[in-house]
Amino acid sequence: MTSGQPSAPLTIPPQRDPLLGVALLGIAAVYVRALAFTPIEARQGAAQKIMYVHATSAFIALYVAFVLMAIASALYLWLKDEKLDRVAESAAEVGLCFTTVVLATGPIWGKTIWGAWWTWDARLTATLFLWFIIIAYLLLRGAVEERGRRARYSAVLGILASFLVPFIHLSVYLFRTLHPMPILLKPSAPSLPNEMLVTFLFSFAAFTLLFIALLRARYRMATLRDYLADREQERA
Amino acid sequence: MTDVAASPPGMLAAAWLVARKDLAIEFRTRTAFLSALVFALLGVTIFYFAWDATAVAASDLAPGVLWVIFTFAGLLGLQRSFGSELADRAVDGLLGAPISRESIYLGKALANLVFVSGILAVTIPAVVLFYNLPFGTGIAALAGIAALAAVGLVAVGTLFSAMAVNTRMAELLLPMLSLPFFVPVVMAAAQSSARLMAGRPVAEAWPWLRILVAFDIVFVTACTLAFPFTLDE
Repeated sequence: MTSGQPSAPLTIPPQRDPLLGVALLGIAAVYVRALAFTPIEARQGAAQKIMYVHATSAFIALYVAFVLMAIASALYLWLKDEKLDRVAESAAEVGLCFTTVVLATGPIWGKTIWGAWWTWDARLTATLFLWFIIIAYLLLRGAVEERGRRARYSAVLGILASFLVPFIHLSVYLFRTLHPMPILLKPSAPSLPNEMLVTFLFSFAAFTLLFIALLRARYRMATLRDYLADREQERA
Repeated sequence: MTDVAASPPGMLAAAWLVARKDLAIEFRTRTAFLSALVFALLGVTIFYFAWDATAVAASDLAPGVLWVIFTFAGLLGLQRSFGSELADRAVDGLLGAPISRESIYLGKALANLVFVSGILAVTIPAVVLFYNLPFGTGIAALAGIAALAAVGLVAVGTLFSAMAVNTRMAELLLPMLSLPFFVPVVMAAAQSSARLMAGRPVAEAWPWLRILVAFDIVFVTACTLAFPFTLDE
């Protein structure tokens, strides 16, 4: 705070995203519905209710966050637009949260149903390595100073990671597999009772909203950070 | 012959020149190769004591040990691949040369391939010796698997070496970036070599070999195309 150059104070109005509120309310409502108004699964008992967190988070982490990161990375290398880099960065970080939820809820469910916390099944292993790669991705971002270089490096890693996950899945699949096959996304009709299906889809909508809200918040933070960095550079 | 000197070399010829440069540096110092080699041999011996030899047969242990050691020793070599270009910004000389970026990558990868193959050429006999494997069974097939695994490992590792060297924690970041990518390679190599070393028919190892070949094709292509983005203009 010594003789710094006087400059206009920077004020950033706090932004309250109504979507975040809606998403959190939705998740609360999903749980009320799941616990009180959805029938208990005959063979698994109450343990099955963790599905409404586990399977939805897994779907969002793998097929929304990770795919978004890979696509934004590829588009960045093509168009060189910083916004795409920020999208990839935000998707990776929010995706990490969702993947962590998957890895945390999975063992709880698995211990009750399979009798083991962990098994080296194709999906579990692929998810675990996805988690490792996203962490490596974020660490790589933290380890590169220069912004353009950081964006290029992380885009390269983002694209290669999207090639890797199918390979890991395939190799562990050859090993052995225990995780149930998809019950919702399959060619024939979903094999969930109607009430459970409604709760599941409701949960899916609520978690998707949460993902979008968190992604927006994280994207905004990245934009502000880059803006501040530019401002600092101009003053120097 | 004078025409060749005047015009820039083709992609593969340029890659060969880059590889020859790296190998000449390595051959004259030999520090990285010898360190990686001693590291691999130490690993082979330490792993032997990490398991109860009366509970697990040495021949069941051997394939896993071989591929884990190979991965870590390979990382030591990959670290040096672009690390050697840092001093006096030697990389500028490479970038200024009238050769394509892809040929720089292929040359670097080729030099690394020779490096890890050299390590394997000593480590495989060492594993056969220390773990008392029946010598001769499937050695040729094992060499083939080793070659396929080395290509995949080097393809990814060379690219990440180019990236990691420009970061704040290069030594730590290279393993963190590379190891998840080595998982399918190590798994497929260990599974297929375990089957071949146990005298099983090749057909049983075939699905794993297909994964190795597919990995090599996908990642050699992808990494060659991605490499120019890791260089500063």
